[in-house]
Amino acid sequence: MVTVLIAILLPFVCAALIPLLYRRLRRVAHLGWFVLSVPFILFLLLARYIPQIAEGKTFIHTYEWIPSFNINFTTYLDGLSMIFGLLITGVGSLVILYSIFYLSTKESLHHFYCYLLLFMGAMLGVVFSDNLMVLYTFWELTSVSSFLLIAFWHHRKASRAGARKAMTITVFGGLSMLAGFLMLYVASGTFSIREIVADVEVIRDHTLFIPALILILIGAFTKSAQFPFHIWLPDAMEAPTPVSAYLHSATMVKAGIYLVARFSPVFGGEAVWFWLVSVIGLVTLFWGSFNAVRQTDLKALLAFSTVSQLGLIMSLFGLGSVAHYYGYAADTVLYTQASFAALFHLINHSTFKGALFMMVGIVDHEVGTRDIRRLGGLMALMPITFTIAVIGGFSMAGLPPFNGFLSKEMFFAAALTIRNVEAFSISDLGLLFPIVAWVASIFTFVYCMILISRTFFGKLQLDKLDKKPHEAPLGMLLSPIILCVFVVGIFFFPNVLGHYILDPAMASIYPAFPSASELTPHIHAWHGINAELLMTVGVIIIGIILFKTLKSWKPLYRIFPQRYTFNMYYNRLIEFGENSSAKLTNRYMTGNLTHYFVYIYVFFVALIAGYFIWSDAIAFNFAKDSAVESYELILVFVMMFAAVWIIFAKGRVTAMLLNGVLGYSIAFFFVIFRAPDLALTQLVVESVTTALFLLCFKYLPDLMPEASRKKMKWSKVIISIFVGATVTLVGLAVVHFDRFEPVATYFNDSYKLAGGSNIVNTILGDFRAFDTMLEVVVLLIAGLGVYTLTKLKPRKEETDHENQ
Amino acid sequence: MKINDVILRTVTKTVVFIILTLGIYLFFAGHHAPGGGFIGGLVLASGIVLLYLAYDIETVHKGMPFDFKKVAALGVLLATGTAIGSLFFDAPFLTQTHSYINVPIFGKMGFSTVTIFEAGVALTVVGVVVTIILSISEDE
Repeated sequence: MVTVLIAILLPFVCAALIPLLYRRLRRVAHLGWFVLSVPFILFLLLARYIPQIAEGKTFIHTYEWIPSFNINFTTYLDGLSMIFGLLITGVGSLVILYSIFYLSTKESLHHFYCYLLLFMGAMLGVVFSDNLMVLYTFWELTSVSSFLLIAFWHHRKASRAGARKAMTITVFGGLSMLAGFLMLYVASGTFSIREIVADVEVIRDHTLFIPALILILIGAFTKSAQFPFHIWLPDAMEAPTPVSAYLHSATMVKAGIYLVARFSPVFGGEAVWFWLVSVIGLVTLFWGSFNAVRQTDLKALLAFSTVSQLGLIMSLFGLGSVAHYYGYAADTVLYTQASFAALFHLINHSTFKGALFMMVGIVDHEVGTRDIRRLGGLMALMPITFTIAVIGGFSMAGLPPFNGFLSKEMFFAAALTIRNVEAFSISDLGLLFPIVAWVASIFTFVYCMILISRTFFGKLQLDKLDKKPHEAPLGMLLSPIILCVFVVGIFFFPNVLGHYILDPAMASIYPAFPSASELTPHIHAWHGINAELLMTVGVIIIGIILFKTLKSWKPLYRIFPQRYTFNMYYNRLIEFGENSSAKLTNRYMTGNLTHYFVYIYVFFVALIAGYFIWSDAIAFNFAKDSAVESYELILVFVMMFAAVWIIFAKGRVTAMLLNGVLGYSIAFFFVIFRAPDLALTQLVVESVTTALFLLCFKYLPDLMPEASRKKMKWSKVIISIFVGATVTLVGLAVVHFDRFEPVATYFNDSYKLAGGSNIVNTILGDFRAFDTMLEVVVLLIAGLGVYTLTKLKPRKEETDHENQ
Repeated sequence: MKINDVILRTVTKTVVFIILTLGIYLFFAGHHAPGGGFIGGLVLASGIVLLYLAYDIETVHKGMPFDFKKVAALGVLLATGTAIGSLFFDAPFLTQTHSYINVPIFGKMGFSTVTIFEAGVALTVVGVVVTIILSISEDE
């Protein structure tokens, strides 16, 4: 299956090409036109497989990556990944088209599109990977690219804060998900999702099954902004609007939902899974819609509405998991309808929410503000944008003739059905599901009305606007119009989508159920007067009443004390972490070199001497030692003399030169003991470091007699003696240490194995070349570190433009 | 006060050639005799540092217009490049190979990919040592 591999790799390759293209293309055309080709081509490539997927085929291909650890690059294309693949590439194309007109060429487009392509590749990697480790890698990569995109305007403080918050929360979730994956691996012995699904009966009894379930759900909930992790999504709205439309409503935030759908066959039959997914989803649905009403920023309103809609989809997957508990039977097929509604709403949400985000972006771009207190009366000035807002808003509110109506009716139906389920002791609380769903839908209706009426009706307040409003250029309107066509089109022809796209995805969620087509209901717009329709009518009536009386009940929101919001808890947690780690670090990082040496040497003595004593390795055997010659003794005395003199030296240069005496004497020893390589190296290193030290000492003040306490002085003396003793004892003990097999015999074959007769160099360049290579890299990093620390100091006259 | 460094400059002119030649010799000798990339690079670097000590930075830079940060980067690229290169010949990471080829005039000579690897090491050492010393000495 090369197509899927191309789908994952092409965005990465193009992201790498962007720096090269940017310089050439900058003057000719907007970089976006080149980038647009990537998702568009991929969309067409994937769309070619729709008929085959609809017939129930799946495509799998394995590229061996780290087979020794069971980590293979396995791509898997089935109905579920197809939906996401089409969403990522389809919405991606429209968003990039939109961004060409939204972002001017003055912005650093190469960064923007590079991150966007990185994200696209990573997201496609998440949905097409069958291997959990590969999936996890791509998963974190989406968090990283989202971080970079939120902080795209990084001169703004709010952007950086939002990016950090999103990163902290999603990576925390990602890490717990990783732990969950590892537990699954322990339980099942495989990283392949398909194999785990196949062995689910065996894994279910493992003790780690429930912990893995909870940890994986934390990953899904953080990514999909579920309560109480939803706080990052409104702050992520600092990103440019195309990013919000793409990552933070259509694709990335649905990764968690993808994960839940993908793992439904594994965990679906568990009560914990049912309760966590459906209840957290419902709470998120309510909390998001309830909070969306009070927002004054259009994007913040849409962010909370996204949170709420994600909760809706999540809870539907929770309700649908009941069918796994019962297994396949004629009357349980009914429960699978919730999952069907979830998939259907997933697509619908991407269409109308994408259009709405782009609409808000147009308003922001053409009017200069997104604050509904300053907006109003734009209907006559921006008729096309208004139409887009009405179509998107009514679809979100669940009104006909838009696709949101269909999926919302199915949602009500699923919530009503679940009342009658006996399992998991649902029946006691069963009535709560439709009630919460209904109340949340009323709020959804209210905020949709706020969105439309506050922006386009009422009085135009020209004095509060920065620009004179006018209709957006066609290019900017094109993408939301295409999405609106889908919003209406899906309403009239839902079963085309149902057959080709949703039907095979149902087969992925319910692999144990024999026929997927049986699970796919025929979607009707009109199904007679029943409970769902009456609920919708109720939503509209009460919604209109609430909207009209908004002023009188809005003070309700102030009852909640600001101190107890989740944002406050998050901020306190971060503050606590920063403060306590700063305190801890400052306690030992005193900035005093002497203290650092004390840590190093005490640790050294404790570890080395401790280990030697503990393992009883200190044993001397002088029998085989050769006699000490007189010239060796002379050298030793020279070194001792120099070493002792250093302590009493008055000037830094004197101490430095005495240190040089020590170094050169060691080189002499190497010569005496016939180690020419070492002697040469030692000589040159000594010369270069002496020159370096002399350079550095130019900047240091004269040596001052230390005014330290007597106790301190004695402790230093004791530490020095211990260090000296340790080195001496270890040196003497090691000479005759024979517990390990000597490696020397191996190196004797250096000529035969490495083609060189200099053993030292064959070790450096061949036998242990990996060490050498990394040492070279470390050396470069150290050099660059010195360079940047000395050269790139911030200049004082530079104004601080970071915190706007 | 101006330091009279005529002696240093005159000596440097001759000695630097000896040092640089020694460095290159050590680099190539490394395969069978004492020497090698690290030591060769160090000797070369010390020769260049001596030049910088005797003359001012501008003068030396005119003769050797290298950016030593880039020299170091090139070295790392060579070292890691030879390591990765072996993957393209379906051999494990960092596999080194060697053979003997008859070269006119010089006769039979040994060639080894280790030489490229060691050249990377040498260039990194030269680049880093000179970069560190230059950036510290130029610091105001």
